[in-house]
Amino acid sequence: MARAAQLGGLTVAVAWHRARLAERRPQTATARSLVFTVPGWPGHLPGQHVDVRLTADDGYQAVRSYSLAAPADGDRIELGVQAVADGEVSPYLADDLPVGAEVEMRGPLGNWFVWRPEQTEPALLVAGGSGVVPLAAMIRAHRTAGSATAFHLLYSVRTPEDVCYRDVLDAHDPHLDARLLYTRQAPPGAARAPGRITQADLEKPAARLEPDSAVYVCGPTGFVERAADLLVDLGRDPATIRTERFG
Amino acid sequence: MADDIARLDDMAHLDGNALAGPLSEILSVEATTAWWRCPQCARSGTLAQLHVYGPEPGLTARCPGCAHVALRLVREGEYLWLSMGGSSGAFRFRTA
Amino acid sequence: MTSFSPGFRGRARTLADRLPPGQYPTEQFPVLSAGPTPRVDTENWTFTITTESGAAHSWTWAEMMALPQQETTTDIHCVTRWSKFDTPWRGVPLDAFFEDVETAADFVVAHSYGGYTTNLPLEDLLDGKAWIAHTYDGYPLSPEHGGPARLLVPHLYLWKSAKWVRGLRLGHEDEPGFWESVGYHNYGDPWREQRNWGD
Repeated sequence: MARAAQLGGLTVAVAWHRARLAERRPQTATARSLVFTVPGWPGHLPGQHVDVRLTADDGYQAVRSYSLAAPADGDRIELGVQAVADGEVSPYLADDLPVGAEVEMRGPLGNWFVWRPEQTEPALLVAGGSGVVPLAAMIRAHRTAGSATAFHLLYSVRTPEDVCYRDVLDAHDPHLDARLLYTRQAPPGAARAPGRITQADLEKPAARLEPDSAVYVCGPTGFVERAADLLVDLGRDPATIRTERFG
Repeated sequence: MADDIARLDDMAHLDGNALAGPLSEILSVEATTAWWRCPQCARSGTLAQLHVYGPEPGLTARCPGCAHVALRLVREGEYLWLSMGGSSGAFRFRTA
Repeated sequence: MTSFSPGFRGRARTLADRLPPGQYPTEQFPVLSAGPTPRVDTENWTFTITTESGAAHSWTWAEMMALPQQETTTDIHCVTRWSKFDTPWRGVPLDAFFEDVETAADFVVAHSYGGYTTNLPLEDLLDGKAWIAHTYDGYPLSPEHGGPARLLVPHLYLWKSAKWVRGLRLGHEDEPGFWESVGYHNYGDPWREQRNWGD
């Protein structure tokens, strides 16, 4: 949250932190985990995002939002970046920003698309592609908090090569029921044929929820609209569905 | 103008989560959880749920039900222009 | 008839001359929007010019297509810094609509299906400077680019070329439209880089 400082009568919104790239880890051919050290990082809630600002030599600036992928570790924060073909910023962050170099970061941002350990009802997380990033943060926070709340994850990807955070999904977590669904190509022997998310995919996990359970849907706008509509058709109260669109 | 015009359910919009950063420059409280009631169709919800178009040439936040303009935000160098609603005047804030 | 100086072309105007300050050229045609894309059927489409006295002149799609049509190939400049050269349009010059319109007004507010508005001086629409454009690159103008018809005023930034145009309201006052009322320049001349209010 921005804090305003009085500076000789001019109120200055203290918004941008300096963030140094500490580590880059590949998740897929185009997705990366980027770990930044941000001195003075105030901490954040799972589901929140940051705005990253890059400045070119001629002063041109570009700002993009990226979700936090994990709970804060002191000054170290982890973002999930998916390089978009012809993107102005994401390919640079994914592969070109040198380790040790700095960017500017604003955040943490967004108190609505957030899961808190005090929420004890079972929750359903629905991820479309790179929409898995803030949901991975929720799963990791849920695990770190030792929460016994039931988490259901439905993660839609194109092919098995596009799955991120396998370590998070594969950890033997008795409280996480994670299902993958493939839209283009499924692994050999898969029971479900590749295809977009349908009501049938959501039925079982939705049936395990309580009436005021939260459902978090994140991904490209088209995916979010489709999944949210299917959830409402399944009888979920629209007020319990929290969405974040990545555009 | 929701009247007789069929709308394309536009896939190009974001949502009010995208306003969190820009609004943090002029509001000292978190904005995405702010509650809003549409004066045109009475639908209510959070700022996070608004349909947001932009960020170029500016951010336009609309009612997810009837597309009534809730808020507009334009960045002009050191200034941030904010207009609540589609037809009210705008405030130009000087930001850092 | 003798043709003078066959083959003479003069000094070629470089692309750099055609780029207003602060712009970069693009081969793409980016779509920017402030709201959902309206879907308007040409069967229901009308275009109305309302004068300062309230007199309304309306055209249906068929009536518009019966007016003198023109093709124009022109450069367009968006305030978000992209410029696109030699865009090919077909439409009706505003002069044709204004043939029978009596007005002493100096200003216009163009308004669109979906609620968008933009303001300009009336003289910027006349004398061959503006069209109601319905065809782009030989095809009916697509909804995302403002179809079935948009205002086209290439000498100003493209936000003045109101997509999904529905009518013009003439008046004695210059009333800031959708973007003008939230920080964009009232006139918008790309050659004087009039992007924002203070420019």
